[in-house]
Amino acid sequence: MKDAFGTPQSLLVLGGASEIGLATARRLVVRRTRTVWLAGRPSPALDEAAAGLRDLGADVRTTAFDALDPESHEEGLGKVFAEGDIDMVLLAFGVLGDQARDEDEPLSAVRVAQTNYTGAISSGLVCARALQTQGHGSLVVLSSVAGERARRSNFIYGSSKAGLDAFTQGLGDALHGTGVHVMVVRPGFVRSKMTAGLEEAPMSTTPDAVAAAIETGLRRRSETVWVPGKLRVVMSALRHVPRPLFRRLPI
Amino acid sequence: MPADSPSVAPFEAVSVSGWGRTAPTTARLVRPRTQEEAAAAVLGCGERGGIARGLGRAYGDAAQNAGGDVFDMTGLDRVHTIDADAGTVVCDAGVSLHHLMEVLLPLGWFVPVTPGTRYVTVGGAIGADIHGKNHHGSGAFARHVLAMDLLTADGAVRTLVPGTPLFDATAGGMGLTGVILSATVRLQPVETSLMSVDTERATDLDDLMARLTATDHRYRYSVAWIDLLARGAAMGRSVLTRGDHAPLDALPARARARRAPLAFRPGQLPAAPSFVPEGLLGRRSVGLFNELWYRKAPRWRTGELQKISTFFHPLDGVPHWNRVYGRGGFVQYQFVVGYGKEEALRRVVRRISERGCPSFLAVLKRFGDADPGWLSFPMPGWTLALDIPANLPGLGAFLDELDEEVAAADGRVYLAKDSRLRPEMLAGMYPRLDDFRALRAELDPRGVFRSDLSRRLAL
Repeated sequence: MKDAFGTPQSLLVLGGASEIGLATARRLVVRRTRTVWLAGRPSPALDEAAAGLRDLGADVRTTAFDALDPESHEEGLGKVFAEGDIDMVLLAFGVLGDQARDEDEPLSAVRVAQTNYTGAISSGLVCARALQTQGHGSLVVLSSVAGERARRSNFIYGSSKAGLDAFTQGLGDALHGTGVHVMVVRPGFVRSKMTAGLEEAPMSTTPDAVAAAIETGLRRRSETVWVPGKLRVVMSALRHVPRPLFRRLPI
Repeated sequence: MPADSPSVAPFEAVSVSGWGRTAPTTARLVRPRTQEEAAAAVLGCGERGGIARGLGRAYGDAAQNAGGDVFDMTGLDRVHTIDADAGTVVCDAGVSLHHLMEVLLPLGWFVPVTPGTRYVTVGGAIGADIHGKNHHGSGAFARHVLAMDLLTADGAVRTLVPGTPLFDATAGGMGLTGVILSATVRLQPVETSLMSVDTERATDLDDLMARLTATDHRYRYSVAWIDLLARGAAMGRSVLTRGDHAPLDALPARARARRAPLAFRPGQLPAAPSFVPEGLLGRRSVGLFNELWYRKAPRWRTGELQKISTFFHPLDGVPHWNRVYGRGGFVQYQFVVGYGKEEALRRVVRRISERGCPSFLAVLKRFGDADPGWLSFPMPGWTLALDIPANLPGLGAFLDELDEEVAAADGRVYLAKDSRLRPEMLAGMYPRLDDFRALRAELDPRGVFRSDLSRRLAL
C-alpha cells in the first residue's frame, strides 16, 4: 500500500533498464519500496539494474516484457499482479529513433510508434485493469514535451509521444473515481544514454530530477507533471505560436 | 436481487480515506442494518476481504480496504439497555460516543473514556482501544468494556469477556479479528454536565514535565497543549488544562446551569468549507496562532466551569475541520516513550521545533498503566501527538527518523493515527504482534478481515 505521502511499497517498472525508470526506482526504494519488478527484454543491462536495486535492499525480480509484442502483455503482466498488489506501475519504456533515418525507412519509423504508442496502449490497459481490481495504485506514464507540439526535428518520436500522452489523459479520466491514480510525466530534454550524442536542448534535465518530480507528483496526487516545472509555462506559450513562426524557431 | 431481500445490505463503490484525507482507495461500501445483514456481508465478501468502519475518525488507512468491502457499521446504532443504577450500557457497535452522551448525561452518567472527538463509534473505540485525558487513572476504553459480541470470519457471533485471548486481541486489534457488533460498557457517574478546569502555563518542556509529574494524580483528566514551534528557551512551552466533572455544589447558586445541571448542549459552528487552498497552515500562520493561543491562556486559573464539549472536544465544534489542511490532507504522529526515557522525548521535541513543523494541535500527556490489549497503544510514559500538513516536503523521511528515536527508546507509535510507518518497525514496537498474527491465522485462515493498514504493515 502507498503511505500518506503516496510512496509505494511495490513497484513495477515497464522498461526495466530505462534510466529514468531506474532513477525513480532507486529514489523510491530508499524511501519505502520493498518489492520491485523490472519488466523488460532479458539483457545484461536488466540484470545489472536489478542487482543495483538489490544492493539498496529491495526485493527485485525481473520479468520478460517486450513492448513490440502486445499479445504477450496480458499474460506476462498478469503473472506479476497475481503475485501480489502493485502500488505503482511506471511505464518507462520508449525509443527515440533516428529522425533522419526513420524518414527514409518507414518501417523503422513505425517501430518507434509501435514501441512508444501501441505498446503502451496494450500494456497500459492491462495494468489499468489490474489496478482497478485492486482498488488502488498509481499508473505513471513517461510522456515528453516532444508530444506537446510536433517539431520538424523529431516529429516521429513526438507524434508517438503525443498519442501516448492523449491516451494517458483519457485513461486517467476513465479511471477517475476507481481509486487508481494516473499521472502523465512530461520531461523536457533528459540527459541520458538515450539522448547521448544529441545536442542539448534548453531547460534540459536529468533522470534524477525526473525521479524527484515523480515522487512529488505521487505525494500531491498530480495528474500532470512537467520536468522542470517551468516547461509548463514555456510549452503553453509555444503551443500558440503560429505555424510559420514556429517552423523557423531553432528548436 | 429483489429490493426487499432481507439478507443483503445495500452497497456502493466509493472512495474511502481516513480523517487525514491521505491515500484514498476505492472499496465497496456495505451498510448492514442488522446483525444478520452484517453476518451476510462478512460471509459474502470477496477475496480482497472486508473491514468494519465507524465514523472514519482514524487518521490513516485503518478503516479502508482497497478493492474489497468496507462495512459501514453506523447503521447498527441502537442503544439496547441502560442500567442507570449500576451504570452500564448495552449498545450496538455503531453507536457514537456523541449519542451515548446525549442519552446518558441526563441520567447522570458519562462515557468512561472519550478521545478528542465525540464522533467515534463504540466499535471503533474498542478496535483502536482509544484513550483520553483520563488514561493516567482510568486506562483505555476497552478496560471499561464488560463484554462484547464479535462477528468472526466464519459468520458466527462470539460473546467475549475481558481476560480472554480473543478479547485482548480485539481490544486495539484495528478490526482485524472480526466485526464488533455490540458491547456492554461501564460508565462514569457525574453530577453535572460541566467540567471544573484548572489552567496553567508551563514556560518550557522541563517545566511542563515537572508540573505534570508533580500534580497529575490530583486530576481525573489532564492534558497539555504544547507549542512545537517555540524554539530556544521557550521550547516546549505549554498550556496545561486539567480538571474533573464539576460537582453540583460547584455551580454558582443562581446560575442557569443549576436548573438543568445535566443538560448536554455541545453547540456547533459552521462547517469548514469543502475547498481550502493548500499551504494555508504554514509555519508563519501556525506560529502566530500558537503565540496567541499561549498568550491568551491564563498563567494560573482554577475551578473554571467549562462545557464538556469545550474541555474534551473543541474541534468537534467545527464540522469537517480536517479540510483546513486542503486537498493534500495531513498526517497525525503520535508516539509514547516510557518513563525514564524523557531524554528521547526532549530530542524529538527539539527536532520538531528546529525543523519548524507547523503543528497547532500538539498535545502531551502522561499515560498510566499499560492496557491488556495486545496491540493497545498506551504504556506508562509520555505520549506526544501532533498533526502536520502532508504536503510538507521531506516529511516522510523526517518522521522515519523520529520513528528511529522512538523505537530506540522502546516506545511505539499509535496505529489508529498511523498512515506511514515502516512495516519493519512494528514488531519492535508491539511485542505481542506475533501472538496477534498467530491468532488471526487460526481464527481467520482465509484472511477475510483485511484493511489497507493491515496490508501496508503486514499485520
